[in-house]
Amino acid sequence: MLGTAVIVFRETLEAALIVTIVLAATRGIRGRGTWVGGGIAAGLAGATLIAGAAGAIAGSFEGMGQELFNAGVLLAAVLMLGWHHLWMAEHGRALAGQLRALSESVRAGGETLGALTVAVGLAVLREGAETVLFVQGLSTTEPTKNVLIGVGLGAAGGVVIGTLLYFGLVRIPIRHFFRVTGWLIVALASGLASQAARFLEQANLLPAIVPQMWDTSGVLTETSLPGQLLHVLVGYSARPSALQLVFYVATLAILIIAARLRSIAPTPPRMPSAA
Amino acid sequence: MRSLLVAMLFAVTSLAWADDPTFEITIKDHKFTPSEISVPSNTKIKLVVKNDDATPEEFESKKLNREKVIPGKTQATIFVGPLKPGEYPFVGEYHEKTATGKLIAK
Repeated sequence: MLGTAVIVFRETLEAALIVTIVLAATRGIRGRGTWVGGGIAAGLAGATLIAGAAGAIAGSFEGMGQELFNAGVLLAAVLMLGWHHLWMAEHGRALAGQLRALSESVRAGGETLGALTVAVGLAVLREGAETVLFVQGLSTTEPTKNVLIGVGLGAAGGVVIGTLLYFGLVRIPIRHFFRVTGWLIVALASGLASQAARFLEQANLLPAIVPQMWDTSGVLTETSLPGQLLHVLVGYSARPSALQLVFYVATLAILIIAARLRSIAPTPPRMPSAA
Repeated sequence: MRSLLVAMLFAVTSLAWADDPTFEITIKDHKFTPSEISVPSNTKIKLVVKNDDATPEEFESKKLNREKVIPGKTQATIFVGPLKPGEYPFVGEYHEKTATGKLIAK
């Protein structure tokens, strides 16, 4: 039961943290709860379907279907987060520091609420499918009650961590708030890109270049709670390959540079109904 | 950019897929057989993990930087390495107590 809880916790943590960051980044937008809730629901529904088709997916593309699926889902999430970030850079930062920064940022963020919803849905889909598969397997051998309690505890753990992060974030003064959530989105996207790289490498689609750049597992393992948190939030990996590093740094650099270019470009007159 | 990436994927795939040394591992009753496998170092290797159990398992190795869910009654291919000489433990994450093993790269 506890073992079940630990595994479900691990699987749900990433999705929970992504939901948290998206909720923070969309702070104040009307209807965000419905959007994000819808993303979670769609992700869960999709996860059940994917879990049902897991055998077929895993067997496709000469046994590399799972890696392609995971890499595709991760890269799609990176695109969605990146789009949101660049949109915010153009439309939000020009107004930073002004009195109406919050409402303006919020209006700008509203434009990409759909993209963020997709990112949430994809995170839930990917982590959820593995959880469903695991739980299905377990329920053939374990009493249903124990399985349900384990799943409940594990999922609750993920939600608790997410909630703590959220309330930590909302204490940040408004003036800096969207800058911080912007950094979080960039770091999150870079970490997801690095995970995608690992799947492409595992499927032998791209070369690892160097399989292990360093080994910091003696200092911080990915299985420890801080390690897992950093893994999701900034893409920490104790033994990354060079390919992962390339994907990470490329995503980070593209998003930082593009955001800077867009924020200093002369802003065209705002359209009257940007929201 | 994306089409370039896709083109690269296909190029690399067609070049590299065939000839890597292959090793088979079977999961049965939540245990790996063989649980210790000697593999060559400094070359990429292909692991074929057959899951004979009805339940899914997740092949996971932190040291190999690999994880893959293997649904029940299916098999999975996982590419690893090139490895430096040494031991590389792996587990079945869903049954960590019994499903353990290691690659020994020589």
